Amino acid sequence: MKRCMLSGNEAIARGAFEAGVKVASAYPGTPSTEILENITRYPSVDASWSPNEKVALEVGIGASFGGGRALVAMKHVGVNVAADPLFTLSYTGVRGGLVLVTADDPELHSSQNEQDNRNYAKFAKMPMFEPSDSQEALDFTRLSLEVSELFDTPVFLRSTTRISHSKSVVELGQPVPSQPTKAVEKNPAKFVMLPGNARKRHVVVEERLRKMEEWVCQQPFNRIEVGQGKIGVITSGVSYLYAKEVLPDADILKLGMVYPLPKQMIRDFASRYDTLYVIEELDPFIEEQVRAMGIAVHGKDILPICGELTPARLKRALTGETNDSFYVPQDTLPNRPPNMCPGCPHRSVFLTLNRLKAFVTGDIGCYTLGFMEPLSAMDTCICMGASIGNATGMTKVLDPQEARRVVAVIGDSTFLHTGINGLMDMVYNKSHATVLILDNRTTAMTGRQENPGSGYTLAGDETYQIDLEALCRSVGVENITVVDPYDIAHTREVIRTEMDRPAVSVVIARRPCMLVKHDPVKKKAPLAVDPNKCTGCKACLQLGCPAIEWQPEAGERGKAVINPLLCCGCGLCPQMCQFDAIGGRHEG
Amino acid sequence: MKDKVTNILISGVGGQGILLASEVLSEVLMLAGFDVKKNEIHGMAQRGGSVISHIRFGTKVYSSIIPDGEGDILLGFELLETYRHLSLLRKGGQVVANDLKILPPPVTLGKEQYPENIKEKIRSAFSDTLVVDGTRLASQAGNPRTVNVALLGAISGALPVGADLWHDTLRRMVPERFLETNLKAFDLGRKAAPVKS
Ligand SMILES: Cc1ncc(C[n+]2csc(CCOP(=O)(O)OP(=O)(O)O)c2C)c(N)n1
Repeated sequence: MKRCMLSGNEAIARGAFEAGVKVASAYPGTPSTEILENITRYPSVDASWSPNEKVALEVGIGASFGGGRALVAMKHVGVNVAADPLFTLSYTGVRGGLVLVTADDPELHSSQNEQDNRNYAKFAKMPMFEPSDSQEALDFTRLSLEVSELFDTPVFLRSTTRISHSKSVVELGQPVPSQPTKAVEKNPAKFVMLPGNARKRHVVVEERLRKMEEWVCQQPFNRIEVGQGKIGVITSGVSYLYAKEVLPDADILKLGMVYPLPKQMIRDFASRYDTLYVIEELDPFIEEQVRAMGIAVHGKDILPICGELTPARLKRALTGETNDSFYVPQDTLPNRPPNMCPGCPHRSVFLTLNRLKAFVTGDIGCYTLGFMEPLSAMDTCICMGASIGNATGMTKVLDPQEARRVVAVIGDSTFLHTGINGLMDMVYNKSHATVLILDNRTTAMTGRQENPGSGYTLAGDETYQIDLEALCRSVGVENITVVDPYDIAHTREVIRTEMDRPAVSVVIARRPCMLVKHDPVKKKAPLAVDPNKCTGCKACLQLGCPAIEWQPEAGERGKAVINPLLCCGCGLCPQMCQFDAIGGRHEG
Repeated sequence: MKDKVTNILISGVGGQGILLASEVLSEVLMLAGFDVKKNEIHGMAQRGGSVISHIRFGTKVYSSIIPDGEGDILLGFELLETYRHLSLLRKGGQVVANDLKILPPPVTLGKEQYPENIKEKIRSAFSDTLVVDGTRLASQAGNPRTVNVALLGAISGALPVGADLWHDTLRRMVPERFLETNLKAFDLGRKAAPVKS
């Protein structure tokens, strides 16, 4: 068998292919994004980006009800968006197997919260697998689809950032023989969830869980690793790896499935030890269930609930020993926070909002970096699509002069994800706020994925491109202006006018991201600062562009210089300079 | 040797090609027959932020995270990011540092200071330190974008993998039109560092 290094996400993609998945749908979100990007390598799978996670799951459900196997992937907060179809899907069960991959983000490396989606398994009454490395990510993806059909249930596969983005050695398997397509099957008692039918399905769901609870006690994915017999550990997922590092001699009950738990197996295991630990990251999910069985364990009494568990944190909790560095720099080191790229079209919009003293209800994307200094122009950020509803609500409670300052800022992908609903509400309920759509032609934050407004599909095929102006007009917005954010004066004039207007208005700032994949933006020649003209006023620094560097020793009060390796000649900084000091590069 | 796991760290700034370097490194180690785990956090880090990649290899590796004070080798693509991550190294650890400064935003804005004499400070804490001019090696190789591979060359001598396997792996992982310059950059880097094992 072929051995290779795969990330957890690549392994999940491979597992889906091997399991004969016919349809894969997702909305991007770190750390889940690469699952769908990698599935495009396997032409037998129809893979697509949906506008949001709810639609992605509904597409997967349709495929399953049509008899094909389906994989749906999203980040942890995406499951909140998809929760509505999910809970009822648990009642209907499936026809073709369906696996929902939830990629959680303990430590919030790239997220707005660190919710533990294992809780969804219990809440939605669905089984959940949790792999510990890439090999298990592949194997458990295959298993999920088998178990889904075996028990007529959707199945969760839960990954975390460390599983999705770590690479480890994997042996590839053989794909299952491809299945012929099936005919539609009318089965209203199973597929039409009206109260009369759903009431009966709920009974089926409870029965299913009871059966699974017995079945999981005999499955090899829940296994006991015998150590020296003194300490017992119950663990799963990435925490298993940390337990092996820190307690190499412990006996370990490694759970491949974290819901439903193999209760009898746990009872037998627990009875052998005086000291029993449940080692898990984030919530006491396993611990609470084990305690409810009347078994005494140590868990969150010593382990942290917040943040990632790491080998060092686990060691400190269990033994009190700390990992000491041999050497730690004694200087205060400057931070290196992420920044908008040179040439980013979002930059001037936030400069303008800052200057206009707007109160910005924000949203999620690269543009959320607009909250940082020196732009400092984003004042709220909750979840995707929230900016518009937040602006509506806020203007309802402010006096008109204050309300004028409220501007909702949202990216193109986010607007199409869940922002459009908020805009309907704004028009319908006669709000006066201003909405700024930052249309950089891509879903930049998560690595430049296509979306329904970008004109391309996941596979890179050309497709219909949503006309944002027409869309806004169709929900009743009368004042729609498109600006080029590289033209600072015009952008400022338009935003100011629209903030003053006592009606809903939409301003679309349109300029492709410097990194879009299709129709790539050509960089222009780098600009340069003429040191004879630069007075050291620092106006250009207000853009926060990584290409503009400050030289404190130059001249009497310092001067700006442009790093030619970073500059892409976007032309914003010359517009900031009152002394005409920035222009094309001249030799000498 | 049997149960010993070797811990390698690669640090630098988003956009410097660290991801490719760590991919090649872990691929080479896997092909050499080791169990390998590698991780790095992407996401927000891509946009010019600080990046750190952990690579661990041995007979059997569990966690992919290298705890503070347990790193064996640190390959730094940028001086401040090398200095920042020294806390991950064990006593007597080995440092290969690219002689390059990239100023972080608080420094370009004149709000914070880039630390002084970084190279001297690294050397005084870790005697096994090699500073290489990756930019020069890459331009000698004929392609300024091969700094990452030149730096891999510079740590390659410290690893139990022969030059041939490195070359084969680069041949499989680097696009055809950049291959020749990358192979050259690798060899220049390898020559710049003393071979240890
Ligand atoms: C429910 C949910 N799904 C996915 C994400 C991950 N995510 C954060 S921002 C973003 C898209 C941003 O795209 P866009 O609005 O076009 O802004 P850009 O990054 O291009 O500036 C995504 C997919 C999330 N935070 N929440």
